[in-house]
Amino acid sequence: MLKKRKKFFCLFVLPGLAGIMVFVLVPFGDVVQRSFTGGVTGEFCGFENYRMIFQNQAFRMAVKNTFLFTLACLPLLVMVSLAAALLLNMLKHKGWLKAIYLLPLAMPTATIVLVWKMTFYRRGFFNMLLSRLGEWLGLWGQVSKDYLGSSSAFWVLVGTYLWKNMGYTVLLWLAGLSGIPTALLEAAKTDGAGKWQRLWYMILPNLKGSLYTIVVLSFLNSFKIYREAYLTAGAYPDESIYLLQHLFNNWFVNLELDKMAAAAVCTGGFLMVIMMVLQRLWDRNES
Amino acid sequence: MKVKKIDLRKAGIWVQKGLAVTLLSLPAALILLPLLILLSGALMDSWELGGYLGSVFTEGEEWISWKWMPDYPSFENYKKLLFETPQFFVLFWNSIKLTGCILAGQLLAAVPAAWGFAMYPVKGSKWLFSLYVVLMLMPFQVTMLSSYLVLNQLSLLNTHGAIILPAMFSTFPVFIIYGGFRSIPPQMLEAARIDGAGEITILIRLGLPLGKGGLLSAMVLGFLEYWNLMEQPMAFLEEKALWPLSLYLPEITWGQAGFAFCASVITLVPAVFVFVLGQDYLEQGIIYAGLKE
Repeated sequence: MLKKRKKFFCLFVLPGLAGIMVFVLVPFGDVVQRSFTGGVTGEFCGFENYRMIFQNQAFRMAVKNTFLFTLACLPLLVMVSLAAALLLNMLKHKGWLKAIYLLPLAMPTATIVLVWKMTFYRRGFFNMLLSRLGEWLGLWGQVSKDYLGSSSAFWVLVGTYLWKNMGYTVLLWLAGLSGIPTALLEAAKTDGAGKWQRLWYMILPNLKGSLYTIVVLSFLNSFKIYREAYLTAGAYPDESIYLLQHLFNNWFVNLELDKMAAAAVCTGGFLMVIMMVLQRLWDRNES
Repeated sequence: MKVKKIDLRKAGIWVQKGLAVTLLSLPAALILLPLLILLSGALMDSWELGGYLGSVFTEGEEWISWKWMPDYPSFENYKKLLFETPQFFVLFWNSIKLTGCILAGQLLAAVPAAWGFAMYPVKGSKWLFSLYVVLMLMPFQVTMLSSYLVLNQLSLLNTHGAIILPAMFSTFPVFIIYGGFRSIPPQMLEAARIDGAGEITILIRLGLPLGKGGLLSAMVLGFLEYWNLMEQPMAFLEEKALWPLSLYLPEITWGQAGFAFCASVITLVPAVFVFVLGQDYLEQGIIYAGLKE
């Protein structure tokens, strides 16, 4: 039986695996090799390329920005969507709201760019609203900041990320919440546990498994913000949102392949380590 | 006395629910606003739109203004786009072709793989599956150079194959479809085997109908992803006639804002259509993605 099983495993998995080998794994091996050879000479040059990218101003800035972006948007998304999921869970008819929250996932990036420009340029909707509010409160005068062309672009991008991914994350939280046995919560209620106590001691600990997935998937989606960044601000945006993805793209356009190879190996390796650490943490939690 | 107390509690619950609805509706309104702006803008004629957006292109000093109902609703821009701009159709069909071929290819590659992982666990298959998960999480930029090298070797650059073939072997659908297959009870397969069904017959007759949820959710998620394709065609397709619609929109200048609104709406329609039809599967897929392997 085991032999048979092996045969069928190979029969079903190998064709796809062959494709992955041809299109991903083997060429990535080639990239690793390239990262140790000079771009012009084609000779082995040790860690020269790595030294070069770590001394590169643009690379450092892009790494810093990518880190900052992830650090700003991940906790925000996780918390905001948890709050929304807990609130949603109180309602009986939540279908409509769920659908609305998910909608941005279906909106192609290109379609929202226009609206973003109209909202965030100097005389756009956002400034108009702020100015009116300031007038009404009498606290500040007219605001005419260009959000996409200044360091505020960073926060516009964080907001876009939240806008796009909230529905997805809320659903994941809701799935986690529905996995908590209601009998348990009812029992706690009759034992006199208050709302916040139940939340803190019963609901949140039970959501740890969901947290892992949510962090991993949100992390993955945080790389896709490049689409929004690129379309609203171009290949060379404000410094605050110059991400690793921009850098890779610009290196690619300028054919600086040796730097690209070294940076791809570093980024890929880093992501793999992060995944493994997260997975390890998660496994320990389960047992 | 007692009756009154119960009423108070009920009222409290109502107040809480009302608060929840209000708190949740606010972000919902923010989410819907861009959509409403697009829909209303697409119905304006160029003249009206120019009036509202005037300060956007001229960097003028007056505030932007907008009307939710156009003063002179017109289909002028739709007409121009659909009947007088043949390029638009080329790009639209490119998008359809790319998305369709990728999804079909993913079915061919991912369904058997997911079935293999779910039904025939062998030594090392768990390890291989983790590799698939890591690959699924790699952003495009990390594999951009390696894809470029192999596509160059196979002289696929600047053809649709450069987009379709690598995407076919994405591991994301394997992961989602696997989630669907895993929920099939093994006893059912045993029963079929005793009846003398071959393994491939079992996949087609039993696996596909029972794992439908995972399959369809992979397709819905895939459609939304590939309809919005940007990085890959930007890197691997030089010729603009090969581009998908998602890259055409940003090329439209502000002077043709009317076009841009209509093109946006037309790009949006298939995505929203799939979204509405497949919403349940979409949810299921998201939840499958969240389950532990």
